[in-house]
Amino acid sequence: MAPQTADAPQAADASHTPFTPPTRFAVPGRIAVSNRAAARWRTATLTEIRRETPRVSTFRFAVPGWAGHLPGQHLMLRLTAGDGYTAQRHYSLASPADDAGHIELTLDHVEGGEVSGWFHTEARPGDEVEVRGPLSGFFAWPGDRPALLIGAGSGVVPLMSMLRHHRLRALDVPLRLLVSARGPEELIYAAEYGAETTAVFTRRAPEGAPVGRLSAAHVAPVLAERPPGGWEAYVCGSNAFAEHASRLLVAAGQPVDRVRIERFG
Amino acid sequence: MNVTRGFTGRPRVHHPGLPPGQYDAGDDWPVLSAEVTPDLTPADWTFRIDGLVAEPRSWDWDEAHALPASVYEGDIHCVTSWSKFGVRFGGVSLDAFWDVVRPDASATHVVAYSHSGYTTNLPLADLTGGRAWIAWEYDGRPLPAEHGGPARLLVPHLYFWKSAKWIAGLRLLDHDEPGFWEQNGYHARGNPWEEQRYSGD
Repeated sequence: MAPQTADAPQAADASHTPFTPPTRFAVPGRIAVSNRAAARWRTATLTEIRRETPRVSTFRFAVPGWAGHLPGQHLMLRLTAGDGYTAQRHYSLASPADDAGHIELTLDHVEGGEVSGWFHTEARPGDEVEVRGPLSGFFAWPGDRPALLIGAGSGVVPLMSMLRHHRLRALDVPLRLLVSARGPEELIYAAEYGAETTAVFTRRAPEGAPVGRLSAAHVAPVLAERPPGGWEAYVCGSNAFAEHASRLLVAAGQPVDRVRIERFG
Repeated sequence: MNVTRGFTGRPRVHHPGLPPGQYDAGDDWPVLSAEVTPDLTPADWTFRIDGLVAEPRSWDWDEAHALPASVYEGDIHCVTSWSKFGVRFGGVSLDAFWDVVRPDASATHVVAYSHSGYTTNLPLADLTGGRAWIAWEYDGRPLPAEHGGPARLLVPHLYFWKSAKWIAGLRLLDHDEPGFWEQNGYHARGNPWEEQRYSGD
């Protein structure tokens, strides 16, 4: 196959016409968001901790001046030690867009995790941390197009922000969620799923349900629904899961430029 | 300084190679692409340099490999706050490509673009003088696809989103033009030592 890159025109080189690369694959377009709010750190006060699973909890914060976010966006969080040492991490927002002045993060207790360890063993209501954001409009879903969400483990967190947004706004646009967990006791937000969700269990399943990884058999029926305008697919999880799920989608006919991926390491 | 109650951080030894706000990822090498990993084989791969150059041209896999081999040994830094020490990439210094295409005196900036459609912008000065590579080996082995294989740009002195995976080409311009993440609020240059993470930093 002749690479299109060899035929790139030169006419616009010195002009100020934005350069569009001659691509063979495609990156989905960005969702326009203002990043002005992201420029400064804000103090977030922990107000509530909710246990989700034995290893996962949700942390709710009051953040005065938080300008809201789009479902799927993340923030940067910073902890500071007494000697000035800081640790910062990116975390997806779990809360819906309209939760004014508040945000929620759902965090795994990572073995030996410096920041997640503090959250799971030290943090209590009243504690203060610093956040900046919301960040990135790439993995965001404003609720404007049919959304096919696929997540595994804590990869479901930004997708839950989308699902909650969909419910709170009572949106008509189709939304489907495929969520993978090792077993029912590790399924985050288990009580919140409805008819839009299919749970896939890879190690232990409830009585009568199959055990196995996400497969073409899960993806095909959703793609077959073909909503007007087609699905915008959002995949979130470990890199191994993201590779697996995004390849399943493309193999089943989802356009490559309609797949957005957020990988957790 | 807003001290976080009860937070001490992990035991730390000052590492002079660790930029501010970064942590040592150790053996981990997180994958942070936003798009589906392209199925791109060495036989499909091409690399082009055009725009404000005297001799625009393209290289295929074998032609690029015929250029003098060059190795980068050192550290890399991701804007998501991990750094990785003592990595080893093999490929070709961009200087070998500049010798062929000869940038015009008017060229100041570069848009790097991938076979995936990803773009990122860089000052030309960050891609000359032995500080940037086209890399196709990691630790003596072919660069894995999820890390940009068969070949990626490598600009280790800037945050790693500048080191475009699945590199397809460089276009030289006489002005700066924000790329994929830069249009979305990330910093135009991305120097880890100055914590140039987001626009306005």
